[in-house]
Amino acid sequence: MNDRDQTATASFSPSLPGREAVDLPVAITSPAGLVGGFFEWFGNLGIFSWQVLKAAVTPPYEWRELIRQLDEVGSKSLPLVALAGAAIGVVISLEARYSLSRFGAKSMFPATLVYSVIQVMGPVITGLVVSGRVGAGIGAELASMKVTEQIDAIEASAINPYRLLAATRILACILMLPLLTVAADACGLLTGWFAQTLVEPLSFQQFISSGFNGATFNAFLPPTLKTAVYGLIIGVVSCFQGMRTRGGAAGVGRAATNSVVLASLFLILADVVLVKFILVFFP
Amino acid sequence: MATAYDNAMKQGAVTDGSGVPFVAVENLRKLFAGRAVLNGINLSVSRGKTLAVLGRSGTGKSVLLRLIIGLEKPDSGSVEICGQDIAGLALDQLGEIRKRIGFLFQHAALYDSLSVAENVAFPLQHHRKEMSKSDRADRVNQLLAEVNMEGNLEKMPSEISGGMQKRVGLARALALEPEILLLDEPTAGLDPISSGEIDELILKLQRERMMASIVVTHNLHSARTIANRLAILNEGNVVIQGSFEDLQQSDIGFVKEFLKQS
Repeated sequence: MNDRDQTATASFSPSLPGREAVDLPVAITSPAGLVGGFFEWFGNLGIFSWQVLKAAVTPPYEWRELIRQLDEVGSKSLPLVALAGAAIGVVISLEARYSLSRFGAKSMFPATLVYSVIQVMGPVITGLVVSGRVGAGIGAELASMKVTEQIDAIEASAINPYRLLAATRILACILMLPLLTVAADACGLLTGWFAQTLVEPLSFQQFISSGFNGATFNAFLPPTLKTAVYGLIIGVVSCFQGMRTRGGAAGVGRAATNSVVLASLFLILADVVLVKFILVFFP
Repeated sequence: MATAYDNAMKQGAVTDGSGVPFVAVENLRKLFAGRAVLNGINLSVSRGKTLAVLGRSGTGKSVLLRLIIGLEKPDSGSVEICGQDIAGLALDQLGEIRKRIGFLFQHAALYDSLSVAENVAFPLQHHRKEMSKSDRADRVNQLLAEVNMEGNLEKMPSEISGGMQKRVGLARALALEPEILLLDEPTAGLDPISSGEIDELILKLQRERMMASIVVTHNLHSARTIANRLAILNEGNVVIQGSFEDLQQSDIGFVKEFLKQS
């Protein structure tokens, strides 16, 4: 093994100095490493999150990088999120019209569409789409920087990589997810109404007034803002996976895949908790 | 209690006898998977001096540099930079020390999403915020001119050769005017002419900036050219350190074999 290999094998991981990385998907599919690997992975994730939090709240702040990431996460995800939202709107519209007709509740169509899109499908679809696009992007980018020693070079230049690379990306995900969700919701409602109108004409004004009739901010704001938690999950998981990568091109591929898989999984699990939380605290 | 810095100062004759060591490494030990890659290393380098670290592949030369700049943590022993022990420092505190060190990575480690000029400007943007854009651009031009890369400002790292990448990496390492320069195989993979040019460049920098430098290399010819002292590592230990003449006169079998094969 030459010097370079030696360094690569044992290279500093900003998340975990001197520790061997544990791959959660590997750990949870291997019975032997199930318990130990599971707890070690979460322990390492906790240490990483603490390092990022410390770096994020202390100056200097990386405003320029944050703006770049807001653009990367926000504007560049917008077309995809809008398209996914639009598709979901049509699907819900078709399904809802059919189901409601069977029960003679066609007049409930606007409210059903509005509540389904804004409270349930919009946030989850936005989270999953961003998890796929941004999670994979962050995981692969940081992993590639890690294996080519660019993250070490940043550190050697006396720049905190947690602040420059992780905190900015995580914050961008937290800030952008709710905005993207609003965009997805808007597209979903628009295409849902349009799909309905093709079958049975309904003015947009009537659709909106009927759909939002009696609705309060509590009905729509918490489900939209909960996507900030999705953003946190996507950002933290993908940065963590990227910055602890080892093993060249294969490692980069693994980091990208794991970022998407784990972020999507945790996002859906978090949704269970968040829905219950919203039902209890924002009835 | 005497620090490694104090001890190294007392051991001037053991190091190079030229004064205060900018880098002092004492009893440095590093294990990977239970194997000691470095097993009690003692080294020091003073201002204006260059130490070349040689040895077989896998003997921990690059790890030594990474320990000195704090990218790895030692299992025992100490690393002192300008008299300050870096053990236990938080990342931001370590950052203050790192501003005094320039590091050239073995494969240059240029930021592949930034142009040549942006790579060199990167440390300045973060640590010389008072600098105006035009001053920063001037400084970047000056640094790139020093490494003969002034005509490649807008090129991306993937568009330039390995030798050119090393030059840009060197310019980036020099951006903050470091007192200490760590070079990890600066001539590895380069043709003899490019190697010679890099050596000339390092010598020029030594003359002009009086930095303390540690150069990890496999290239004995290059080590002789640029270093005041040479140290040979084997099985985690410094087998010998001294001038090239000291190495030539050594009776140690490994040293003889190493010089013969180089």
